[in-house]
Amino acid sequence: MSDKSETIERLSVFKTYKLYVGGKFPRSESGRVYEVTDSKGKWLANAPLSSRKDARDAVVAARKAFGGWSGATAYNRGQILYRIAEVLQGRRDQFVREVAEAEGLSKAKAAAQVDAAIDRWVWYAGWTDKIAQVVGGGNPVAGPFFNLSSPEPTGVVTVLAPQESSFLGLVSVIAPVIATGNTAIVIASEKSPLPALSLGEVLATSDLPGGVVNVLSGRTAEIAAPLAAHQDVNAIDLAGADEALAKELEIAAADNLKRVLRPQAVDNWSAAPGTERMTAFLETKTVWHPTGSLGASGSSY
Amino acid sequence: MSARGLYSRYARRYGGVVTMPTSAPALADVTASDSTLRRFLHGLPGVDAVGLEARAASLGTRSIKTTAKAYAIDLAISMVDLTTLEGADTPGKVRALGAKAAHPDPTDRTTPTTAAVCVYPDMVAVAKEAVAGSGVKVASVATAFPAGRAALDVKLADVHDAVAAGADEIDMVIDRGAFLAGKYLKVYDEIVAVKEACGASARLKVIFETGELSTYDNIRRASWLGMLAGADFIKTSTGKVAVNATPANTLLMLEAVRDFRAQTGVQVGVKPAGGIRTSKDAIKFLVLVNETAGEDWLDNHWFRFGASSLLNDLLMQRQKLATGRYSGPDYVTVD
Repeated sequence: MSDKSETIERLSVFKTYKLYVGGKFPRSESGRVYEVTDSKGKWLANAPLSSRKDARDAVVAARKAFGGWSGATAYNRGQILYRIAEVLQGRRDQFVREVAEAEGLSKAKAAAQVDAAIDRWVWYAGWTDKIAQVVGGGNPVAGPFFNLSSPEPTGVVTVLAPQESSFLGLVSVIAPVIATGNTAIVIASEKSPLPALSLGEVLATSDLPGGVVNVLSGRTAEIAAPLAAHQDVNAIDLAGADEALAKELEIAAADNLKRVLRPQAVDNWSAAPGTERMTAFLETKTVWHPTGSLGASGSSY
Repeated sequence: MSARGLYSRYARRYGGVVTMPTSAPALADVTASDSTLRRFLHGLPGVDAVGLEARAASLGTRSIKTTAKAYAIDLAISMVDLTTLEGADTPGKVRALGAKAAHPDPTDRTTPTTAAVCVYPDMVAVAKEAVAGSGVKVASVATAFPAGRAALDVKLADVHDAVAAGADEIDMVIDRGAFLAGKYLKVYDEIVAVKEACGASARLKVIFETGELSTYDNIRRASWLGMLAGADFIKTSTGKVAVNATPANTLLMLEAVRDFRAQTGVQVGVKPAGGIRTSKDAIKFLVLVNETAGEDWLDNHWFRFGASSLLNDLLMQRQKLATGRYSGPDYVTVD
């Protein structure tokens, strides 16, 4: 017998991609999946086809996580975001492969996208404890008061991830939402959801509390409609919606006065992002704090 | 073992109606003395724990949708005993609870009222005033709730107070210590005494605190003991211990009231309490009721939920069915 005939061909191990909701990896409640192909139409894997009940469960998880995440110190949030970058770095090769397959890029170009995405986490990790100085501050007022404005997270934010940029675009819309203390429900790119579903695995192992980011895959329009109308969602980022869908969702979102970030054409997701995506989901709280003497005792602050 | 033997064992365990070892006239004698009572309660068929839990779980998988769901939600709302049993209860909080019981969803007046509000005895008068004219009843826990560790005359005084203040229903706790020590007649006598103190005006709910009874067999015994002593309702728990109402222990109690009516003709209500927080859970319990005790119990005179946060979830689900969009906790009261 030759050596060759003794080599048994290894059975291939396919990965079951699953949703990431509330820190767990459930299948879709509906039991449905859909076929995901690469840019040339070759089958890659089956991804869960989420239903509106998955969306509802994600809102419950995000709402539950909001108190803890928004209450964590900005410094701690920064540490966790940086930790995500660290863990991503360790799984860089996997993401390069997934991005290359999803977007039909060369390995070098895909690597550049993944590196930019990792750097993006680091960029937003630095912003968590600095955004308050930039958009908040002390206001001079004509009276014996300290008047302070500080940015507060809006709450539960639904994010429609960009359809084309399956990873860098995805990170560029998630990170600014959670950096400031919001919790997010992310609808992955409909055509190429695999990098987003794999990102869930990274988030689950990066000290990010369960429920802060919830990743759903499936038909964007089907999942987004109940989320836009959901009374317990506070804001929606329409980055991944086309014009007709964006209009429809904005009308539904008006019902409980959600903050809406309209889709803007982005040619190059690797350009410096600025603070705009963070401030879109912040609310300004202003407090008036009395100074000077208070009553007969003459005490003052 | 022969095939026939196997079959009969199977039938004994899983047969629909468990045949009780007594006939109706014999039931009158079982409370004659401690030993007859003990013999009767220990003669009840043992509970097949695995079978019970499997049946409760399988009945929980029914899918209830659209019009059936709307009916179930309204029925569940009408069965809620809206409860506040905290040391920090204030008259203001009880009044707010009363207002909520009378008009659970102020934005939709077609919402049914809840069955009752459930408070401590000293809050009965306040609660009575808060729900006046709405048809909502006032239930009061009594008998040194939740531990039940007090002398009988103290417990009876507690009951008299609540009844005098106008309580329509009394939720008593059994003496679990005596029950677990096997002093069944003592427990029986206590329930009889409390029932007498309730008089004709108040219905009596007997709380077993199933989480403290350790075994399903004990829950079955306690159910029969309570019913023999004249309980109008048997209730799972106080909501103050780790394990409260579960589908399995409620199923067991539903079987007990079904069998009790089959033997004596007397219908007794069931009230699971504690730990039921979502509409989905509540609907599962309604399925249990329908499949076990039957339609006669699908009425708030015979079945109740002891709960506080459940009502908000039922209201949110009701809003979802009415408007087509998911509601949120910002649209129901915080209590």
